[in-house]
Amino acid sequence: MDLGKQDPVTGRVTTGHEWNGIEELETPIPRVVFFFLGAAFLVSVICWFLYPTWPLIWTYSKGLLGIDQRVTVTEQVERATEARSVWTAQVLDKSYADIEADPALMHLVTETGRTLFVDKCAACHGVNATGGPGFPDLAAKAWLWDGEPEAIEETIRVGINSTNDDTRTSQMLAFGRDGILPADEVGDVVAYVRSLSGLQPAEGDAARLDKGRQVFADNCVACHGEDAKGNKDVGAPDLTDANWLYGSDVQSVFSTVYSGRQGHMPNWGAKLSPLDIKILTLYVHTLKGAEN
Amino acid sequence: MPEFFHRKIERNAIGFVVAIVAVASIGGLVEIAPLFTIHQTVEEAPDMRVYTPLELAGRNIYIREGCYACHSQMIRTLRDEVERYGPYSLAVESKYDHPMLWGSKRTGPDLARIGDKYSDAWHVRHLINPRDVVPESVMPKYGWLARNELRIEDLGAHLVAQQDVGVPYTQEMVDNATRDAYGQATPDTDAASGVSERYGAATQVRAFDGDPARVTEMDALVAYLQILGRLTEAPYKQSAAAEAGE
Repeated sequence: MDLGKQDPVTGRVTTGHEWNGIEELETPIPRVVFFFLGAAFLVSVICWFLYPTWPLIWTYSKGLLGIDQRVTVTEQVERATEARSVWTAQVLDKSYADIEADPALMHLVTETGRTLFVDKCAACHGVNATGGPGFPDLAAKAWLWDGEPEAIEETIRVGINSTNDDTRTSQMLAFGRDGILPADEVGDVVAYVRSLSGLQPAEGDAARLDKGRQVFADNCVACHGEDAKGNKDVGAPDLTDANWLYGSDVQSVFSTVYSGRQGHMPNWGAKLSPLDIKILTLYVHTLKGAEN
Repeated sequence: MPEFFHRKIERNAIGFVVAIVAVASIGGLVEIAPLFTIHQTVEEAPDMRVYTPLELAGRNIYIREGCYACHSQMIRTLRDEVERYGPYSLAVESKYDHPMLWGSKRTGPDLARIGDKYSDAWHVRHLINPRDVVPESVMPKYGWLARNELRIEDLGAHLVAQQDVGVPYTQEMVDNATRDAYGQATPDTDAASGVSERYGAATQVRAFDGDPARVTEMDALVAYLQILGRLTEAPYKQSAAAEAGE
């Protein structure tokens, strides 16, 4: 316990401990460390007063600055919305035709629309809006539900077969599975339907065309029309064009007729503002086909 | 001075023990003390419902497959997140999450508002092979989910475990857990009607994997994904109120 004993070699003070003759030099923490430690504590104490920190008995200390992240983010979004209102107000006020006739405004709409499209729509319809099996190609303009801007807006807003009360509803019946048609008649009508758009006929198709035409006239014309051009009021596709949502090979068309189809588009009215929907409508309506 | 202080406390056994206890309790205090005012930090959400047995099974699969390692479920109060994903997450939305799945890493996008954003068919195809619908995706394939039959007979026990940690499942829900899990994935059966009776009319009852004949793990996971962010309308109301100037 003789603190202050000098080490004869270095001339420095030892800690006073001794373990089997081994002693330790006293090497105190540098003063500057204590200075910064103290400064850090001081900063944290100041922060206690400035920001929400301590739980009290019934409430918590709200802080002198009154900062609330939720208020902050709401204000940031409001400011951004206001900054954009220079042109978004025009988008909301003008008609679709007027906006599309204004190249400067359309440039802004397309830029914003692309971001929205990639984030919200591209998962199904693809980054270039070219769709995929089961998900419509929007660039091809083969509209199931009319391609006028007002109709596109409605589709985006309420969705198709969605959870919205006003949803567009459409269903291809399962003619085979539900026993409306025997399997061989399904085969006949598949041969006929594929012939309508001039697809390469499968073996033996030629002989089935007459029967297929009759089956089509008896079962399919209600939705697809006598000329098989479809009906945009019920989302029935045109069977005479080159667009095939679920594939044009015999097997795909057969399973469409046999097991039915019912696509689903979410109702974006629940997630997007009217402005966003209008921008997306304009973006989709003015798509110029596959870019890449 | 510090040398003197340390020397003194180190040589006083009781004093040293008291000092250790005081320092060690800071960690506990930081975790426990905020709970004193939890009624002020967790929002009101009277319309908040519990997970159905099928959704809970899906949640267990989400945990089993480690989805949380790449997907967060927490939209922070930052402008870019709110504009991309939707209203920021509220504490009350995780009220029935045991354990919570907020996550802290996003290799994939945040999933807190994924419910009803895409169709069931999209989720099924995406889980079987993500590259089919998102060519640049790096997510692994989860094709076996569509093949594996879902284990539903022990779901009642899962509900009891949730009850034990404070989730308000009723005895009726526990008793019917297996039946409800089956019913939610098989519309048009007798079991289906009980689900909306017990969990609310807005509960989604359909063949999530597209096959009403079987209840697969795909059914459960898609049912869970489709309810994310939709257990309560509170976050949407809160952001609408904020837009209207409160």
